[in-house]
Amino acid sequence: MKIKQISVFLENRKGRLYDVCSLLGQKDINIRALNVAETESFGILRIVVNKPDAAVSALEDAGIVARITDVIAVEVEDRPGGLADILKALADEDVNIEYMYGFVEKSSDKALMVFRFDDVDKAAKVLKKHNIKIVTEQGVREL
Amino acid sequence: MEIRYWNKEVETADRQKIEQIQLQRLKTIIASALKTPFYSRRLPVAGIKSPDDIKSLDDLRKIPFTMKDDLRQNYPKGLLSVDTSEVVRIHTSSGTTGIPTVIYLSAKDLDAATDIMARSIIATGAGRTDILQNMMSYGLFTGGLCMHYGAERVGMMVIPAAGGNTKRQVQLMKDFRTTVLHITPSYLLHIHSKLAEYGVAVGDLALKKAFIGAEPHSEGTRKKIEELYKIDAYNSYGLSEMNGPGVAFECVYKNDLHLWEDAYIVEIINPKTGELVPDGQEGEVVLTNLIRNAMPLMRYRTRDLAFLHTEPCPCGRTHRRLSRILGRSDDMLIINGVNVFPSQIEEVVMKIPEVGTNYQICVEKYGELDKLIVKVELYSKMFMGEAKQIDNLKHKIAEELKASITIKPAIELHEPGVLPAFEGKAVRVVDTRPKL
Repeated sequence: MKIKQISVFLENRKGRLYDVCSLLGQKDINIRALNVAETESFGILRIVVNKPDAAVSALEDAGIVARITDVIAVEVEDRPGGLADILKALADEDVNIEYMYGFVEKSSDKALMVFRFDDVDKAAKVLKKHNIKIVTEQGVREL
Repeated sequence: MEIRYWNKEVETADRQKIEQIQLQRLKTIIASALKTPFYSRRLPVAGIKSPDDIKSLDDLRKIPFTMKDDLRQNYPKGLLSVDTSEVVRIHTSSGTTGIPTVIYLSAKDLDAATDIMARSIIATGAGRTDILQNMMSYGLFTGGLCMHYGAERVGMMVIPAAGGNTKRQVQLMKDFRTTVLHITPSYLLHIHSKLAEYGVAVGDLALKKAFIGAEPHSEGTRKKIEELYKIDAYNSYGLSEMNGPGVAFECVYKNDLHLWEDAYIVEIINPKTGELVPDGQEGEVVLTNLIRNAMPLMRYRTRDLAFLHTEPCPCGRTHRRLSRILGRSDDMLIINGVNVFPSQIEEVVMKIPEVGTNYQICVEKYGELDKLIVKVELYSKMFMGEAKQIDNLKHKIAEELKASITIKPAIELHEPGVLPAFEGKAVRVVDTRPKL
């Protein structure tokens, strides 16, 4: 149920994001979802890829600071209030979201959301209880 | 120009008289020094077992130099010559390697230091009708209290404003009609840049003079201050090891600083060989304190570079004049008046597990003030993947540095391998401030 997200520490330097993406391209690693959190002096790139372990070793070999973080990806029904329902379930059960970002599933009409929770296991339980579909690691690879 | 003196007899004494005072006081200092653990080991080796072994001032040179490291290694009491019940005040430096240096003053020592400070103030033409706003830090740093006591002795009204809070400083200047400031030159320039914002014009203030010190500055900086504020600015020199400000001070002629030779013996040496250099030639200032017995300090290597003037000064004072400080013979940085050694910064950042092996210290002029930027590389194994962690880390490094060096630097976190790597001796400090 948990999937691996890669967080990359990037200082604000021209071409740094390009360096990372082109390296992953060369290694035949496909980015499924991406988000950049930035401050004035650095950014944290968060990506979900088809081959997370290979991606991390490629980045580390290139001297890029990267780390695997557990996140949960869920399917969101593509209708008004679809995301709100999920958020309500989480809020009602006191689950804190650290950050989230969305991406689109090509093979269906569902939207996907990546969530980072401070308590991943508790979040997973709550999602299951409310019959919210969690995308598996395998699922991500097959996207 | 009206010349006023605090102690005319001493200030205008001929060389013979000055040397006579020096010799007599040196003997007293030797007697005190022989009571300290540090000098009681060191002086007999140099052939000085009693004050009688000092026959002339030349005998001073038998005594080995005392270094800052000697003060650290003998912290806290190795240079103390009296029981602590005799001590009325201490001052300490920040600790470069965790060990600070300490200065002890007995009541008599404090009285003598205060008197020299009063003498310095009077030499600039300031006097009891003046109102002094003292913007140097109070506390363990000598700059605040030492000037404070001297100014009170002169009879000035003293505003112990200490540093910071610029708006309040300007308000105090305005409300109390401050005539004299004691301040670092960079802060004085910074205040000027804020006046318009506060709706205050230089003409609304009653300023006449400023005593500028605690950081090296150029003649250009002095001129700029004098023009901007329409005041006279006087260079002051001192160091905590010698009791603080007032070791040397400019007179109304502002032609470099009279070093009070009845209170301090000055030598200028070649910092590499330790040999004396002739008057007029630049070298390292070495001082012997003649007015402090609780903690004697002889032939102390200040690491400040300067030269001595011997030609007479029109003010009639006979004490030789010290040039402005031209630099340092070690790597100490002076940042907005605060002394910082790069090793202090290294000590702090290298203890933080999230920091990699490389760091760099940058000092820049930011407006009129100095800005310290510490650049460190993130240790990749410690990266947890969260932006919050990086923010917290920057905050933690800044706070830990502030606790050690008293200044809070800006912190830049870099990816590993970004800061310049060194094969030989690392160049960790990049100081881009304009040269004096």
